[in-house]
Amino acid sequence: MDEFYFHTKLDQSILLGIKARNLSELLAGVQGVPESSIYYHTHRYLRQHHFLSPEPPNDFAYWITDVLNEGSLAERISSVDIIQFHTLEELRNVFVDILQSHMDSTERMPSAPAGQEFHFMAARTFVLRTPYVAHSLQDFVESLKLISHGSLYYHIFEAKLRLEKGENDFSRWFRDLGKMELADMVARLDPYTYTLEGLRSMIIQLVQVHGTA
Amino acid sequence: MVQLEEYIPIVGQSTVDELRMLARHLEGKQVQNINSTAVGGGVAEILSRMIPLLNQLGVQARWDVIKGDEKFFVITKKFHNGLHGVPVTVSDDEYEWFLQVNRDNAQVLQSAGLVFVHDPQPVALIDQDKHEGRKWMWRCHIDFSRPDRKIWSFLEQYIKRYDVAVFSAPAFARSLPIPQVLIAPSIDPLSDKNKELPESYIDSVFERFHIDRSLPVVTQISRFDYLKDPLGVIKAYKLVKKHLDVQLVLAGGGATDDPEGPAIMKQVEDEAAGDKNIFSLFLPPGSDLEINALQRGSTVVLQKSLKEGFGLTVSEALWKGRPTIASAVGGIPLQIAHKYSGILTHSVEGTAYWIKQMINEPEYARKLGLNGREHIKNNFLITRHIRDYLLLFISLFHQGDVVSL
Repeated sequence: MDEFYFHTKLDQSILLGIKARNLSELLAGVQGVPESSIYYHTHRYLRQHHFLSPEPPNDFAYWITDVLNEGSLAERISSVDIIQFHTLEELRNVFVDILQSHMDSTERMPSAPAGQEFHFMAARTFVLRTPYVAHSLQDFVESLKLISHGSLYYHIFEAKLRLEKGENDFSRWFRDLGKMELADMVARLDPYTYTLEGLRSMIIQLVQVHGTA
Repeated sequence: MVQLEEYIPIVGQSTVDELRMLARHLEGKQVQNINSTAVGGGVAEILSRMIPLLNQLGVQARWDVIKGDEKFFVITKKFHNGLHGVPVTVSDDEYEWFLQVNRDNAQVLQSAGLVFVHDPQPVALIDQDKHEGRKWMWRCHIDFSRPDRKIWSFLEQYIKRYDVAVFSAPAFARSLPIPQVLIAPSIDPLSDKNKELPESYIDSVFERFHIDRSLPVVTQISRFDYLKDPLGVIKAYKLVKKHLDVQLVLAGGGATDDPEGPAIMKQVEDEAAGDKNIFSLFLPPGSDLEINALQRGSTVVLQKSLKEGFGLTVSEALWKGRPTIASAVGGIPLQIAHKYSGILTHSVEGTAYWIKQMINEPEYARKLGLNGREHIKNNFLITRHIRDYLLLFISLFHQGDVVSL
């Protein structure tokens, strides 16, 4: 049986020196920034506010709500179902479409007050192997109880969307073990609607209930 | 000396383990920090706590201070004011003296493999570097959002020769040809200003200042400085007082080097005159335990600044689980997500509205405080700051968006 090596990731926040004062500049930024910036602005809250439920929206929606006061647009941006996308390019295109169609439908172009502009940033990620290794599902559960949020985050969020592996690392390992039902159940979770601790508990519970089947 | 292990009960074993894992990638590397003052100011405070912890992690970190005469520091004070947007004139002779002092220091400083230069004073040391392969990092600790153009273009010619520039808030980023990294400052949960205190000590501090803990207490801790808007705080308090019995505490040091300071203090005293529920406390240096107690014993903490570099008093209040209302300026929006981990306001009226909400809805206020503390624990403690510095040093030796170490 193959082992599962738990990795963790640590992010460096890169300042791109690009800012937006209104929706037109936000759209230009979303179109032009690197993928690592789209990733940063749709996942920053998850990492920094992972204890909150309900989860605050992504950076774009937060700024559109709290600075530009464009509630309906913000709702469309915040309700984009990130889990259904397999690449950051697809996700970028959805944001572009929403922003473009909103701008086509209105003459209004609210501006951010000085000092409250949207600053584009990006994530640079460093991946490290942790000492935790699972040789069995029992080991897996014991390790899952101990790993850091960065580790859980890496295997669930980073693996699927940023590294474009198709699905999360845990489900891929479960498939290798022949645990198809368990793999499907973990893959079906929408991790964006849990706190990281809630997600950890849910995966442990699924392994304990379905891992022996 | 504080030991790294003492942070484990606060941030967890896995956070400290990650620091150790990262530090292993810097074995054999020497990191030299250079700034212009050994005592006083936020940079010296954070370096004095950071260097021993980096060394405990096995990173050979040291700290050197450049020497300069009075003329040099008058010039760098002009730079400081100009970078904050205050109109100043720097003569050609002054620029030349600035460079000469940097050249003199470069002759005597023994540079390590990684050179971490803090703030503008030593920025031109890089001009004298003849050693290929040495890595240079420049860290800006001040508000850089609207710098004087001439001073900025003078400094820029040196900054762009560094391998990386580091800023404290997204608004301070510039258009530069080198990578720019965001590293926010931090608070130390084991320092006198932030450590846990017995309830009896908090009571004794409130008794000493004759503040009644059975009534709501609204507190702002900051210098008596126009930019901290103490008069706006009193206006907000007076709006709240129409509906609620509440006390206001304005506590901080006097700004003796600020020419506007005495005038602001006089105005605060005039505004507070005759109201026994306003407490203006002029605290001497070394009052960290008293500040800690005042924050912990407050019902609501304010930071109603008009401008801020970063505003770490917000992190201090949130770390103590206090519901916090602060202006959306400088680095404060990084510390507070509005209505999730605190409240961001833009006016006297908005501040008054939210003070009333916090006092009348203690359960919501408590939840904001708890979320705030958790946010600070994850993002603004010294352990996160060390992690970011280790990543910064390591990043100089790698390319790409995703790096496997």
